[in-house]
Amino acid sequence: MRAVRLSVVTAAATAAALAAVTGCTEKGSSGSGDRVISVTATDDKCEVSKKEFPAGHVELDIENKGSKVTEVYVLFPDDRIVTERENIGPGTKQKVTAEVKAGDYTITCKPGMKGDGIRQTVKATGGKAPKRDPRLDAAVAAYRKYVQEQADATLPLARTFAEAVKAGDLEAAKKAYAPSRIGWERTEPVAESFGNIDPKVDVRADGLEAGQKFTGWHRLEKSLWADKKITAEDKTLADELITNLTGWQKRVGTAEITPTSMANGAKELLDEVATGKVTGEEERYSHTDLVDFKGNVEGAQDAYELLKPVANENDAALVTELDKQFAALNTLLDKYRADKNSYDFTSYDKVGDADRKQLSDAVNALAEPLSKLAAAVVK
Amino acid sequence: MTETPEKTEGSTSRRALIGWGGAGLALGAAAAGGAVAMTRSGDDVQTVAADAGGAVDFHGGHQAGISTPVQDRLHFAAFDLETDDRAEFAQMLKDWTAAARRMTAGLAVGEGAYGGLAEAPPDDTGEALGLKPSRLTLTIGFGPGLFEKLGMAERRPEALVDLPQFSGDNLDKNRSGGDVCVQACSDDPQVAVHAVRNLARIGFGKVSVRWSQLGFGKTSSTTPEEQTPRNLLGFKDGTRNIAGTESARLNKFVWVDGADTDGNSAWMEGGSYLVARRIRMHIEPWDRTSLQEQEDIFGRDKGEGAPVGKAKERDKPFLKAMKPDAHVRLAHPDSNHGATLLRRGYSFTDGTDGLGRLEAGLFFLAYMRDVRKGFIPVQRNLATDALNEYIQHVGSAVFAIPPGVRDKDDWWGRALFSQEA
Repeated sequence: MRAVRLSVVTAAATAAALAAVTGCTEKGSSGSGDRVISVTATDDKCEVSKKEFPAGHVELDIENKGSKVTEVYVLFPDDRIVTERENIGPGTKQKVTAEVKAGDYTITCKPGMKGDGIRQTVKATGGKAPKRDPRLDAAVAAYRKYVQEQADATLPLARTFAEAVKAGDLEAAKKAYAPSRIGWERTEPVAESFGNIDPKVDVRADGLEAGQKFTGWHRLEKSLWADKKITAEDKTLADELITNLTGWQKRVGTAEITPTSMANGAKELLDEVATGKVTGEEERYSHTDLVDFKGNVEGAQDAYELLKPVANENDAALVTELDKQFAALNTLLDKYRADKNSYDFTSYDKVGDADRKQLSDAVNALAEPLSKLAAAVVK
Repeated sequence: MTETPEKTEGSTSRRALIGWGGAGLALGAAAAGGAVAMTRSGDDVQTVAADAGGAVDFHGGHQAGISTPVQDRLHFAAFDLETDDRAEFAQMLKDWTAAARRMTAGLAVGEGAYGGLAEAPPDDTGEALGLKPSRLTLTIGFGPGLFEKLGMAERRPEALVDLPQFSGDNLDKNRSGGDVCVQACSDDPQVAVHAVRNLARIGFGKVSVRWSQLGFGKTSSTTPEEQTPRNLLGFKDGTRNIAGTESARLNKFVWVDGADTDGNSAWMEGGSYLVARRIRMHIEPWDRTSLQEQEDIFGRDKGEGAPVGKAKERDKPFLKAMKPDAHVRLAHPDSNHGATLLRRGYSFTDGTDGLGRLEAGLFFLAYMRDVRKGFIPVQRNLATDALNEYIQHVGSAVFAIPPGVRDKDDWWGRALFSQEA
């Protein structure tokens, strides 16, 4: 889902704004001009005023002198997005800020907002990394480990699913489907930050863009539950799913993670629940929405628990409220499974409107205070 | 008060000459076109904002939004209680009061909608930035279920009865009931929606929205110097409504008096009771009904709004001249042992209903001193109303409306939650 992917990216971009608030970076430096890069975009050029700059808070002053609407990205070497600005009209100026560590980056202008764009390689040197609470660095490290563990644990489960599809075993494939997704659902905002994986493995029929092929988990879900048959193409798709998930497993450890992106990522997991699971849209054929639901909540709670010591120092009342609301939502979810150690949840088409509303209310009750976690972490 | 009063000779002289509720001459408020402050001596007068964009005072002995001149737009929301913790709910009411105090003054909630920490969502949702206060009033009420859920059943006032089943009711439980209600009235729909949205957000975890209703085009007026508005059936409605300036009738029919309460319900003194009914209109059949029948059904003519056999809208109706099942005849206080309600209902339309019919009608809101002496007898008497062929009650709720927030240290429901049992 694009909205979610962008907001994780935005987290990196807004780290700069945050730094100003929290006094993490040296205040003088951002105003001194050495970290201001002018970007002049035209229809066939993307000129940057400097190709080397100190790491830290960086500001791009973008001017579109071309005739087309353009967009400008700062990318990591593997094309992950550091920051971006879309819809820069001809003759207009825009500012974008980012917090960058030392290393190589690409600045890309996309006249007409299409294609790979016009690229410039730039380098952030030395510089002083923003000072952070060591407990938060430990939280980030622990979360990075968690994300990797989830990906590692997902692969065998996904393979079980793929093998069943390839064997043409409809029942075995149905059984293996939901469990194969739990690790992904727990870490979705991070998984989605690699913009090109999510559209291949977790897209839904209504999320397809023009010309985009319907692949991944939900395409197979449709075959298993709606079409009730496994085609030769499905078997190919099962292999592709494993290939794409393997790519995710390899790259997930390199994701850009900050304390605030963890906090807001936790909130985004609840947003995923609110927009896709509570409505029954996500798993419209299999009705295994509650398994994803639980996965999203677990992922949010894991991120939260890592940030909790710092948050508790800054806003104890918020932590009390979050503990209470996580417990309430988990208790509610337990009503839909007989065994608290299993992920065998009630089929969502059997959950009535009144119960769905109760779930939705519990999500709102948790997500609203959770949206304040990032502020509590960096106060 | 955005409607420009009629400037015809007849209406001006009528307003100048005809007294209201026995309280003497109505002010000739029509002249300027804009709203006019009413200063009749000896009356408990609600301040009228200087213009349609102005602010209505949030503080007072009674909650604003009852006898306040009716604004053009409504967003009404009913909430279910999600907590059984009295202290937690009381804290929410304090937070709501603080937000309401700001919003009715045209200010953003909390720290505002921008300029705060970039990583955190702003306190205010922002869609009312730059808009005038627009006479926003926020009025809160407590439904019957609240007292049970908070373990304070003994404090439920006796006058807050569960409404009985009325003839012709076809109530949708998803549009009925609620433990808490908020009535947001404003001249700008965005201001009213903003207010309810922000209160809902503050309330997450403590209350959840059960149902809500948007309204436009007030269907009754508490300011008789204004033109009587028309409902979606095209008829003037609320001609004899209680005016915001008529303290004698307000005290008699609307405000809860000390004599009405006992030790457990003393917190209601200065409050009122609200009955909300979503009344669906069968618009298309009505529009195919002959003019004669339409006028017979109401007991008034369609143009002037005059009662049967009379010339002017405000001529005293002769009920016996109307058909026995005429709406005005059955609803009139004289047919109900004097029972009188303060109405501030709104028209609504929620698009079409899937069968191509206008999903529209009247969102009826009536305030009264005692539900048992107000709405119930009147509605029972309307069982034979000829209008029933064209309307259906599809939603229903009743609330106790606590007294006003007196000053900046006071909060909604303080008397209830601070009262020693």
